[in-house]
Amino acid sequence: MKKKITTPFTAEQAKGLKAGDQVLVSGVIYTARDAAHKRLVDLIAAGEPLPCDFTDGIIYYAGPAPAKPGMPIGSAGPTTSYRMDSYAPTLMKKAGLRGMIGKGLRSQEVVDCIVSESGCYFAAIGGAGALLASTVKSCEVIAYPDLQSEAIHRLEVEDFPAVVVIDCQGNDLYKIGREEYLKSVK
Amino acid sequence: MKQISVQQITETVRRLCIEANVLLPDDVRRALDKAAQTEKGATARGVLADIIENYQRAERLEMPICQDTGTACVFVELGQQVEIVGGLLSDAINEGVAQGYIDGYLRKSVVSDPLDRVNTKDNTPAMITYDIVEGDSLTITVSPKGGGCENMCRIAMLKPADGVEGVKAFVLEAVEKAGPNPCPPIIVGVGIGGNFDKVAALSKKALLRSIDEPNPNEYYAKLEAELLDSINALGIGPQGFGGGTTALGVNIEYAPTHIAQLPCAVNISCHVTRHKTAVL
Repeated sequence: MKKKITTPFTAEQAKGLKAGDQVLVSGVIYTARDAAHKRLVDLIAAGEPLPCDFTDGIIYYAGPAPAKPGMPIGSAGPTTSYRMDSYAPTLMKKAGLRGMIGKGLRSQEVVDCIVSESGCYFAAIGGAGALLASTVKSCEVIAYPDLQSEAIHRLEVEDFPAVVVIDCQGNDLYKIGREEYLKSVK
Repeated sequence: MKQISVQQITETVRRLCIEANVLLPDDVRRALDKAAQTEKGATARGVLADIIENYQRAERLEMPICQDTGTACVFVELGQQVEIVGGLLSDAINEGVAQGYIDGYLRKSVVSDPLDRVNTKDNTPAMITYDIVEGDSLTITVSPKGGGCENMCRIAMLKPADGVEGVKAFVLEAVEKAGPNPCPPIIVGVGIGGNFDKVAALSKKALLRSIDEPNPNEYYAKLEAELLDSINALGIGPQGFGGGTTALGVNIEYAPTHIAQLPCAVNISCHVTRHKTAVL
């Protein structure tokens, strides 16, 4: 049974999720990768306004491929999240960011921050860019067009499939899923 | 001398870039389809079903399988009896990459300077490897490689005393450390021997061989099978959610080395391991 999530993604919604839950996200999410994260964190450090409001927001670690004519977006799967680990706590603590969608391991600092800020880390299927693109209804670059695919895109998604990897109690699907599988084949 | 024009080369590279990014090779398709039937983990089976649906959808809609359409790794086997006419071979290849990535709506993922980091906007330059071979044909393989799995590659300058056990331990350590990051199920290219730079090239070259096709040397073929079993016993599984399908294949390439050395490189590649070849 998949859980439906609609943005804004509140602390109450986050608290209702457990590592391993399969979710379908609908609403607005923002893409940002390494280069955009650096600019956002630099703005926060300088006390300047951000190009969009991340309060109760979800950032999707992704740099989409260009859209073919007639399509809202090109292939659009997740990128590896650990590269954003040094920036994520600042965005959660200072900009109200609550959710992150990516793939792969996170640092202990990010896990601690997900717990203290009642956030959530989701994984989408890495390498399934064509499939995930089908849930994107509209795509608009709202900041840093010079960064090309690394620009911040505002995506409207409908039933975007993801899995809760780290919940706000600090449970980690990468550990739990592997342990359960290994126990099941013993 | 057989003459091949730079226009022919550019057009071929352009086509190969687009096809490689849209069409998953048959060996990887077969391995994914088989894994979806034999995988014991329920979550893992669901992930494999989505991965299969994804490559089918990419082919149907002629869109990239993965948004990371990679750096364009181009492998050239140039026959000694071939004369390239009309310009430089590397310019012709780069022009083909630029055209392919622009016309094919592929992502441009190359920055001109590793520290200054400005996008080149056409995915050039390609990462080109040249081999001079016998004959009068030109074989070009385009193998786009994503950044996420490339970041998980490793090299060790092992000691001769470490032997095959040292190689096995290093390969398993690389896969373990990569965990869910490189989009498992992965394909593992292993280079053994040569020197520091050669061994990296060997591990990349290993990824070009079909995973249905074991190493022609029986000893290395057995080692490939053993490593595949050991990797899949780790339980990392598809996307790292747990399961018996962590890798779809292990390919080894080896080369002579120095009496003091046992270099080993592990090139980890995602489930979208792509390559397309043309012979001119």
